Amino acid sequence: MRYLPLTEADRRAMLAVIGAPSVDALFGDVPEAARLKASLDLPAGIGEIEIERVLRQLADKNLSTAAVPSFLGAGAYRHHVPAAVDYLVQRGEFLTSYTPYQPEIAQGTLQSLFEFQTQVALITDMDVANASLYDGATAAAEAVMMANRVTRRRKAILAGDLHPHYRETIETYGRFNGFETVARPPRLDAEDDLAALVDGATSCVVVQNPGFFGDLRDGSALAEACHRAGALLVVVVTEIVSLGLVKPPGAMGADIVAAEGQSLGNALDFGGPYLGLFATREKFLRQMPGRLAGQTVDAEGKRGFVLTLSAREQHIRREKATSNICTNSGLCALAFSIHLALLGETGFAHLAELNHARAVVVAERLSSIPGAELVTDAFFNEFTLRLPKPAAPLIERLAVGRLLAGVPVSRLLAGAEFADLLLVAATELTTDADIDVLDAALREALR
Amino acid sequence: MSDWSKAVSGFEAQAQAQTGSRGLEVEEPLLFEEDGPGRSGVDLPPVPPFKDRLDGLRRQGRIGLPGLSEPQVVRHYTRLSQKNYSIDTGIYPLGSCTMKHNPRINEKLARLPGFAELHPLQPMASVQGALALMESLAHWLKAITGMTAIALPPAAGAHGEICGMMCIKAALEARGERRARVLVPESAHGTNPATAATCGYAVDPIPADGRGRVDLAALKAKLGADVAAIMLTNPNTCGLFEDQSAEIAAAVHAAGAFFYLDGANLNALLGRVRPGDLGVDCMHLNLHKTFSTPHGGGGPGSGPVALAPSLARFAPLPWLVERNGALELLERKEGMAADALGRIKAFHGQMGMFVRAVAFLMSHGGDGLRQVSGDAVLNANYLLASLKDVMTPSFGGLSMHEVLFDDRFLGESGVTTLDFAKALIDEGYHPMTMYFPLIVHGALLVEPTENESKESLDRFIAAMRELASRAAAHDAAFFHTAPHYAPRRRLDEVAAARKPILRWRPAAPPEAAD
Repeated sequence: MRYLPLTEADRRAMLAVIGAPSVDALFGDVPEAARLKASLDLPAGIGEIEIERVLRQLADKNLSTAAVPSFLGAGAYRHHVPAAVDYLVQRGEFLTSYTPYQPEIAQGTLQSLFEFQTQVALITDMDVANASLYDGATAAAEAVMMANRVTRRRKAILAGDLHPHYRETIETYGRFNGFETVARPPRLDAEDDLAALVDGATSCVVVQNPGFFGDLRDGSALAEACHRAGALLVVVVTEIVSLGLVKPPGAMGADIVAAEGQSLGNALDFGGPYLGLFATREKFLRQMPGRLAGQTVDAEGKRGFVLTLSAREQHIRREKATSNICTNSGLCALAFSIHLALLGETGFAHLAELNHARAVVVAERLSSIPGAELVTDAFFNEFTLRLPKPAAPLIERLAVGRLLAGVPVSRLLAGAEFADLLLVAATELTTDADIDVLDAALREALR
Repeated sequence: MSDWSKAVSGFEAQAQAQTGSRGLEVEEPLLFEEDGPGRSGVDLPPVPPFKDRLDGLRRQGRIGLPGLSEPQVVRHYTRLSQKNYSIDTGIYPLGSCTMKHNPRINEKLARLPGFAELHPLQPMASVQGALALMESLAHWLKAITGMTAIALPPAAGAHGEICGMMCIKAALEARGERRARVLVPESAHGTNPATAATCGYAVDPIPADGRGRVDLAALKAKLGADVAAIMLTNPNTCGLFEDQSAEIAAAVHAAGAFFYLDGANLNALLGRVRPGDLGVDCMHLNLHKTFSTPHGGGGPGSGPVALAPSLARFAPLPWLVERNGALELLERKEGMAADALGRIKAFHGQMGMFVRAVAFLMSHGGDGLRQVSGDAVLNANYLLASLKDVMTPSFGGLSMHEVLFDDRFLGESGVTTLDFAKALIDEGYHPMTMYFPLIVHGALLVEPTENESKESLDRFIAAMRELASRAAAHDAAFFHTAPHYAPRRRLDEVAAARKPILRWRPAAPPEAAD
């Protein structure tokens, strides 16, 4: 087996040093009854030639978004990732290193995390960010649990246009962690008066911007209402590129930002691994979940970086930790950070502007189709279209014809009122030809 | 600063280069210190004129991101990478972390557009190959664990733990029971008590016996009608097989509680022991440990959970099912039992890790996996046999895949476990896990994995023996100032925590000069 360096001669020599007759004898502490008598009912090992053949066959059975016009979003977005990003994250010193527990020989990871934290704080307009969580949905659940600790309250109000997977994740954590969730029904019409629901028991209100249906909202007034009642405002962002153009959560008075960072540096990967971003105000620092890289000096006075404030974490604090998280999304954070480093101030703003411009073009084209109605007024790169018939079967049919025309809302939300709704996203990768294909296909289908 | 500097006064001042660099080891500024306003490393097409639909919610002012060109960015991260230790550059003997080789074919396959460029919400008919891969992974994991059902969504080991403990709590609730305590051995990973607490349980620690195993009598004494589960690691973090596992399972089940297995150390069991045969009700597997998906400087991981029949119906969404000859994900809670678990994250799990893990599993095959556990345990015992005369193993007898030493061998030398670990850095090695598990003094936990050759182990053993004899010679000053040759000397962690600097900020504008 190509990954196993020991030869039979090595094994014999090593067993002689140990004083054991065989490898099996090394398992002497395992009671006889616990031992597997037969071999595993699994195929024999194969070489690189065959493994590549087998997995390519599986990959070829899938319709890649790279191969066809794709307008899919709903919390996962296909963007251009510069080639340098993937080259750099595949450097073995990044790819095959562990969590930086020995800072003297992990300055590469630690400095890049310090830079990542700075970038996340800047784009969200918050004071501090951590070194990442699993994904946006779990980051949102951690945000609620942190708000509960800060306020010593245990009720979260969830906006109706929070991504359904995020809402359900928070609800699951609430059920088992023991906090109350008040989830507003999903709605497309006028803004829900969330401020009126905030009371003295509310720890936080969770809103999303842009919302699940694509709408842009200013949370400033809601933030003020929360703060008057001693509650926190948690702002979720599922399309992080929006922050190059749209008023950031910090400027709206958010106390915690829980976001999905996949859009920068990371592939769609069928839903994972993704990148949970988490940022907050300085005053809440010690209630944050997850790892933090911090600046310090070494014994020669040189600047260096370490993991810090670990008295919050499970490996030190055990059952009193702020979260049980250990492994996070380190390499995804690195990819995010490299992509954002390449973009820079002007590139990030340009990318966001381009996304918005493309989506506006798509929205204008599609809303001119007889029977199709644009139901989102203000949006970033994604909007909701109401069709005169159920969206899901239509989308499935178009996929057979090699067009990924959008995400039917019914994929995520049950209820007749959602059956005809279609989420359509555009990015910098959306071409004029793609838009022509979508326009023609929908016109044909709705005729 | 001055007190801290005194710590190194015993070490001879080294000749310093003007730049602070040391040959190939180059000092690198922060991205933000290389800002060239207006510069970018990405050329994007121009934005044609259009009327925005932002409804006035446009971002105002400068964000503060630095501008760099592509060559600057590539050089920056290449230089940073060279300050990292990695499994590609050497043995990474972190106990309970299972730092094994990361095959590059797995990276190549995970990047095939047919996997990497799939959107999680595209029609299921268009992702049948991806769903088949997930089913294949579940099949392999079921065979290896001897368990009934596999939940793929958890994003990492600790996420798997919380998923598993949620399943257990849901099953208890379905029985109409509210139990309050979870038993956790003192040698457990910190994630175990943190997970139990997140699920609303009180954590009740169980001591170890003199053999480094769970004290069965103490466990039985703590069991009762309010105990929800025991969270056990096997082999445990002392590198020892919990040989009373069957008795533990029987006692836990007799009390109506569940048996949770922390699968962090599954590498020792592959093809030899199936947790399902030990009476385990629920366990997580770390694809990033046992099945070689890269650690990436801290993640991403993947932590599927294996479930016994009693817990299978509480598996989190989505569920992978076959219907009319096609694979399908059940993604929504509607139509499921009222007490179903629901979602624990967005989408379907760490697909990129699934591809790598399946490639690893298929490459080894059933027999290869048994060879993995055999070689991992052989390597660990070879280290133990080669070091036991100069170091102090905490417990007698053989080890499984990792070896636990304590600091008795350092005696009155004035050298601590930390000092010893830092000196190992100067020898070109990443230190072992230090000060964990907590049940022995000054723990040094060494896990070589199956991927180390005998030659590599012999060099490592020689370095360890040399350091042990140096400690025995009471050469404490040498250790106290280590490491000497790393990109950084010891870092002041106390100062970092006392006055946290967690992000770069521009220097304050200079006072008006004139």
